[in-house]
Amino acid sequence: MELTLWTYEGPPHVGAMRIASSMKDIHYVLHAPQGDTYADLLFTMIERRGQRPPVTYTTFQARDLGGDTAELVKKNIKEAVERFKPKTLLVGESCTAELIQDQPGALAKGMGFDMPIVNLELPAYSKKENWGASETFYQLIRTLLKEKVSSSDKINPLRWRELGRRPKVNILGPSLLGFRCRDDVIEIQRILSEQGIDTNVVAPLGASPDDIERLIDAEINICLYQEIAEASCEWLKRNFGMEYTNTIPIGIKNTIEFINEVHEKLDLPLTNKEELENKSKLPWYSKSVDSNYLTGKRVFIFGDGTHAIAAAKIAKEELGFEVVGLGTYSREMARQVRATAKDLNVEALITNNYLEVEDAMKKTAPELVLGTQMERHSAKRLGIPCSVISTPMHVQDVPARYSPQMGWEGANVIFDDWVHPLMMGLEEHLIDMFKHDFEFVDGHQSHLGHTATNKNNILNSDKKTEKNSKEGIIWTESGRAELTKVPFFVRGKVKTNTEKYAILRGIPEISDETLYDAKAYFS
Amino acid sequence: MSKVEFNKETGPREVFCGLTSIVWLHRRMPDAFFLVVGSRTCAHLIQSAAGVMIFAEPRFGTAILEEKDLAGLADAHEELDRVVNDLIARRPEIKTLFLVGSCPSEVIKLDLATVAEKLNKRFFGQVRFVNYSGSGIETTFTQGEDGALKALIPLMESSDEEKLLVVGTLANNVEDRFKKIFRNLGISNIESFPPRQSTELPKIGKNTKVLLTQPYLSDTVRDLKHRGCEIISAPFPLGIEGSTEWFLAAAKAFKISELKVHEIISPLINRAKLALESHKEILKGKRLFLLPESQLEISLARFLHNECEMDLIEVGTPYLNKDLMKEEINLLPDNTKIVEGQHVEKQLDRVRESNPDLVVCGMGLANPLEAEGISTKWSIEMVFSPIHGIDQAADLAGLFSKPLKRNQILTSKTLVTH
Repeated sequence: MELTLWTYEGPPHVGAMRIASSMKDIHYVLHAPQGDTYADLLFTMIERRGQRPPVTYTTFQARDLGGDTAELVKKNIKEAVERFKPKTLLVGESCTAELIQDQPGALAKGMGFDMPIVNLELPAYSKKENWGASETFYQLIRTLLKEKVSSSDKINPLRWRELGRRPKVNILGPSLLGFRCRDDVIEIQRILSEQGIDTNVVAPLGASPDDIERLIDAEINICLYQEIAEASCEWLKRNFGMEYTNTIPIGIKNTIEFINEVHEKLDLPLTNKEELENKSKLPWYSKSVDSNYLTGKRVFIFGDGTHAIAAAKIAKEELGFEVVGLGTYSREMARQVRATAKDLNVEALITNNYLEVEDAMKKTAPELVLGTQMERHSAKRLGIPCSVISTPMHVQDVPARYSPQMGWEGANVIFDDWVHPLMMGLEEHLIDMFKHDFEFVDGHQSHLGHTATNKNNILNSDKKTEKNSKEGIIWTESGRAELTKVPFFVRGKVKTNTEKYAILRGIPEISDETLYDAKAYFS
Repeated sequence: MSKVEFNKETGPREVFCGLTSIVWLHRRMPDAFFLVVGSRTCAHLIQSAAGVMIFAEPRFGTAILEEKDLAGLADAHEELDRVVNDLIARRPEIKTLFLVGSCPSEVIKLDLATVAEKLNKRFFGQVRFVNYSGSGIETTFTQGEDGALKALIPLMESSDEEKLLVVGTLANNVEDRFKKIFRNLGISNIESFPPRQSTELPKIGKNTKVLLTQPYLSDTVRDLKHRGCEIISAPFPLGIEGSTEWFLAAAKAFKISELKVHEIISPLINRAKLALESHKEILKGKRLFLLPESQLEISLARFLHNECEMDLIEVGTPYLNKDLMKEEINLLPDNTKIVEGQHVEKQLDRVRESNPDLVVCGMGLANPLEAEGISTKWSIEMVFSPIHGIDQAADLAGLFSKPLKRNQILTSKTLVTH
């Protein structure tokens, strides 16, 4: 039993709903009590969908348990098939139904339908949402393609040449309630198309069962989100010899690496390598002089595996930050996250407990947090700027504008999204700096809120120590006046150093001269 | 009652379970903690319905059952013990801990009553434990509050003192308004249940006169009756009409003249009628379809028809207690179609066929209906907003006029191009 105040992932059947809702011509009959229908709002409210998820809940009640719940399942399956006429039916159960063991999948298969039926067994007491999505996608592909396994030769990734057409790839993994999937798909298709590569099928997002059956028309698979698609890609590789990509195209370096990998797998010469370096504004924006202040910014990263690992690479290699913490809630991705953390000399945090994440955040004292919506809230309480890089989804993570994370435009979006909160942080200091000027209008609200107890907030710490530092050192009027003339971004350091110097020399009162003495001493 | 048409429907439902009521109950009693014994689904449901992230540490949580807990019940009891110990060590300010049963805990027959009893002995004088079920196989949405209140009744001491007991969660400001009005009427001994502190439970007995603020408290009412309380029969205090009748019924029980009631509340009524006008202008003649969820549907239908002149197409309710709803049903117009239970697909077919101007529904259905061009109001807002009483009548109407008004604004062309 695990005490949970909040969870990063929902139960596995919500993962199955993500696959079903992402697709066309599919219906999911879920053996579940009425309360489980809450999951619809994830799609209709958070993702702002104008359609209900294609899910029929059996909504059995306590009084049904004494009778025949299996009959109830069959009745619901029959009605759902008649009403929605799906091309493929998913049948499964949520946590409670798992306990009563009606085996709805087996029941459905015995009802004489001629459409393919996918029996989903998603253990609700040991697995979570992303696993459920991955398993559902895999079972669906397996069900729809297993008959073609023996009759098909292994797919030669070079066959596009003989066929006299452009190479074709599938993009696997994007789904509803996935972070910016809607826009990532557009960006990646655009990039592939520019390289002379066609997209055969995007799945599950927007695909129908017919599209799943045509997956093998492509030469290779693009595994866009390992959490959702790796198991499926692996099965397609094992059974049809379809190679798949490992690089996640988030950030400039990884996008270029990704393009390279696709070209290599297809044996397609990469002729425009130099051009690629200039496709995004990120490299130049990061190099331009005003980005100097980004150097060594301490950043704490937490999210799903895919986005956390990518964020660490961008932070370190493309923006020049120092990664002081890295973690994930995806147990399935723990190995990769640990490896990346090791490269960065930090200890990986693998947890589903947001309070542990908040504690780690406090301990590492970052200047920027890259996390989920929960870390945004924790960071707000700690007075640290934050940018959201990963699910779980919030209505804010489905922006109206085009806003991918992947590819060239994704890198542009990331530069803006990560750097603006930091600039706001600077703005915060400027407000402190200028608040005694007569032009300053009191009541200026900044995004960080006024209750934040940021240790970088110089003014607050000034107040505490200017008059009387904890070691009993007095700041004289001339000392205080001189300190306020020091630029805000080094003021904290100057103050600490001066006090350290005063203690070292046994000076009880700090004057303007002490400041200069200390400066000379430490220089 | 015969003028109203009653129907029953069964089939797939689209409603919240009783766990959802924790979202408002924990705010009412800040010294209590609600520990759901359930699955990840339960935890996910509550956080999705409540938008929990704004709390540093919420006063509710889920002890998530894992595979090993299902293997043996003895182990599950031990595990729950451990979780409770950790929780109390971490949150020493908790005075009452509600152990809330869920679908899975009910199905595996986890005996929360026995667990609570044991814990009560161990933490005697420090924390009180009560248990109830918020499971979706037994309860719908607001029925969770019914279960929580019922669970508190055995802890309430007896007293024969005459008092008015106002039962059902109210917004604090609304509660204060009601108390002031009752005092003006001459009823001085007034208490609320649930109280603002879980430890300050009112004493009850044969001279306790119970006045309900919410229509979903069947089990609580039954147990209060067993304790000798007198239940005042009245419509619910939604809208001017319902609130007036509600005050009149209370006054009657305390032998206060009708004249006195009218004297006190007439200025309020006049003020409220004035405030209601602009909303009525929008709502008048508009056709309303209520899907079942909160059990407030019948009272809302009565208010929206009688005071806002809306036409009622269908009034859905997840559950109908004809006895408790007697006074409300008497105020409904002839031929009102009440449907108890749900077959969500068939009901949505009827929504589309009847082409309503406004549908009251759950959050899962609102945007899909909007996308079909049907204006909606989510029912969960009704349990989060202060809507009770005469002073709130216009605000209550506003919840329904706003979507229509917005629709009007977005579809009209008011500014010409110069």
